[in-house]
Amino acid sequence: MSTPNTSRLLKYFDALREGAEQAMDADSSVFMMGLDIDDHKGIQGSTKGLVDKFGPERVFTTPLSEDAMTGVAIGAAMAGQRPIHVHIRMDFLMLCMNQLVNIAAKSHYMYGGTVQVPLVIRTMIGKSWGQGAQHSQGLHSMFAHVPGMKVVAPSNAYDAKGLTMQAVRDNNPVLIMEHRLLYGTEAYVPEEPYTVEFGKARVLREGNDLTIVGVSNMVMEAMRAAELLAEQGIEAEVIDPVTISPLDFDTIEASVNKTGKLLVVDNAWLNCGFSAEIVARVAESENISLKPAVKRMGFAPTTCPTTPSLEDAFYPNPKTIAITAYQLASGKQDWVPADDQCQLAYQTQFKGPF
Amino acid sequence: MTEYSTVEARLYASIALVRRAEEVISEIYPSDKIKSPVHLAIGQEYIAAAVIDHLRGSDYASGTYRGHGVYLAKGGDLNSMMAELYGKKTGCAQGRAGSMHLVEAGKGVIGMSAVVGTGIPVAVGHALAIKQQRRNDVVVAFMGDGSTEEGCFSESINFAALHKLPILFVVENNRLAIHEPLHKRWAADTLTERVATYGIPATRFLEPDVLAIHEHVGKVIDDMRTEAGPAFIECHTHRWYEHVGPCEDYDQGYRSLEEGEQWRAKDVYVTLGQSLDEKEKAQIDQDIEASIQAAVEFAEQSPFPAAEELYNYVYA
Repeated sequence: MSTPNTSRLLKYFDALREGAEQAMDADSSVFMMGLDIDDHKGIQGSTKGLVDKFGPERVFTTPLSEDAMTGVAIGAAMAGQRPIHVHIRMDFLMLCMNQLVNIAAKSHYMYGGTVQVPLVIRTMIGKSWGQGAQHSQGLHSMFAHVPGMKVVAPSNAYDAKGLTMQAVRDNNPVLIMEHRLLYGTEAYVPEEPYTVEFGKARVLREGNDLTIVGVSNMVMEAMRAAELLAEQGIEAEVIDPVTISPLDFDTIEASVNKTGKLLVVDNAWLNCGFSAEIVARVAESENISLKPAVKRMGFAPTTCPTTPSLEDAFYPNPKTIAITAYQLASGKQDWVPADDQCQLAYQTQFKGPF
Repeated sequence: MTEYSTVEARLYASIALVRRAEEVISEIYPSDKIKSPVHLAIGQEYIAAAVIDHLRGSDYASGTYRGHGVYLAKGGDLNSMMAELYGKKTGCAQGRAGSMHLVEAGKGVIGMSAVVGTGIPVAVGHALAIKQQRRNDVVVAFMGDGSTEEGCFSESINFAALHKLPILFVVENNRLAIHEPLHKRWAADTLTERVATYGIPATRFLEPDVLAIHEHVGKVIDDMRTEAGPAFIECHTHRWYEHVGPCEDYDQGYRSLEEGEQWRAKDVYVTLGQSLDEKEKAQIDQDIEASIQAAVEFAEQSPFPAAEELYNYVYA
């Protein structure tokens, strides 16, 4: 951790860029590839300027060949380089699935420890403004399912930089799942290089009445819901797992042991998903003395629609999270927060606890 | 490193080692001591031998699940390979790979994949690393005709050509994908012409002319070390054995024995061997038999990994 006086408010996308830039400054084997990373928009600013600083050999666009380009990144990683492969939407990772699952995740094991794949995959979940079916998916559970992959989900600018720098240093394939709606959010971010440890959850807000685990931008939405709950006298403990795999279950377990109530809000579907994994581990835990009350929230079990009237019903939001948490904590159904209070969460910039 | 009097002797030694090792594997296989599916390359060994003869230790070669020949030609250790087939701890991947995922990173043998075509872009990535690291090494990616139907084959060649990467793509075209003949898979038997449209040199060898392949690849790789960019060769060949397993299968009806006999009459292992000085050939054969015998004994005597080793190497 750095000293606070070197921090300044930084947007999430700037933090992503700064993390990559400092990793590339520190190690000449780090390079970045991905469709459109060197154009005038620079992946919504998160890669902007890097080609000017490091040149086209270390920062280059790719043909629309996600399958082979993933293999190329893996091969370069095996041969001693440290690639950062960028995808502007997570949905496109379906084109990379064979290389990621069959080669990247397995090589160290399958080749008896003689090969390493220090590969970073940066990818972004989209939401709203018509992102729809193929620009909105949170597919972290698919990747976290596979041994050998690491999956991290920064919910704020501080983690965006620190996780990026840690991912580049890691000797395994690491998937960084970003969220488009977090790109404009600000947090205090140290100027100097730092890393955020994998496998360490963060308790963003302490409380005794229930535990809420949020993923990616659902952390922000859960934090807003917790503020609304506090006005009703309910203190929620909000946990950001930070890394999906490896998962810091100890922190979740300790919190559930304290509150006896758990709400998991995933940025994904529930079926066979990360939320089910957390609940299953809670159910299996020998350290949780009393059977906790458990609820899960996430995408509706449909394809994501584009029109706002349907999309609003597809995602959890601070209002539905607050209502669900209130019922779970109090056993009552006598409160619904006002709409204008709930809508604040999207506009209010999350400045983080740092 | 054994010294040979001629190129022919050196190539013969490489081919004969693979031929005899695979014949011995085929003989052992019914005993069930080998704990791995085996995809034998008997009849095709000359291609890897001719190409890899031009490679240095710091160069890379990538093969497929039919990869014993590439592994051995590139300097992979025979004992480690045999032990890997037996599932033993002394195997090249400590019993985690079997025959289909042979690897020897220290010798430039890129780990092999059992998913057809998957190794091609990984090989291109090694070539990208070579370029970024300012080395004058090269990569050779071996593949079968089936893999050229995968999207990543075309994607990989395009990217390698675009970035002028030092990689030679070698298609061993045995005209079979498992049991499916070429005419059921390709609209036009013009692979080399298709690849040439990516703007890279592409050459076809219809005959098992090991010396012609050797000479051509020598020039190509020399040029590649001085930034000529990628190249491609297609070698028509014949798989003598079944897709997977220790036997021939001409009686299964999906291909003709006549076609097989035409290729067997031109068996490079035999013809090249006949061209050698008899005494030198006898010495090569004797050394190979001794090394294979030693490898089998090594594999049989090595221990299996302990159960608690299951959890090793999940993460680096």
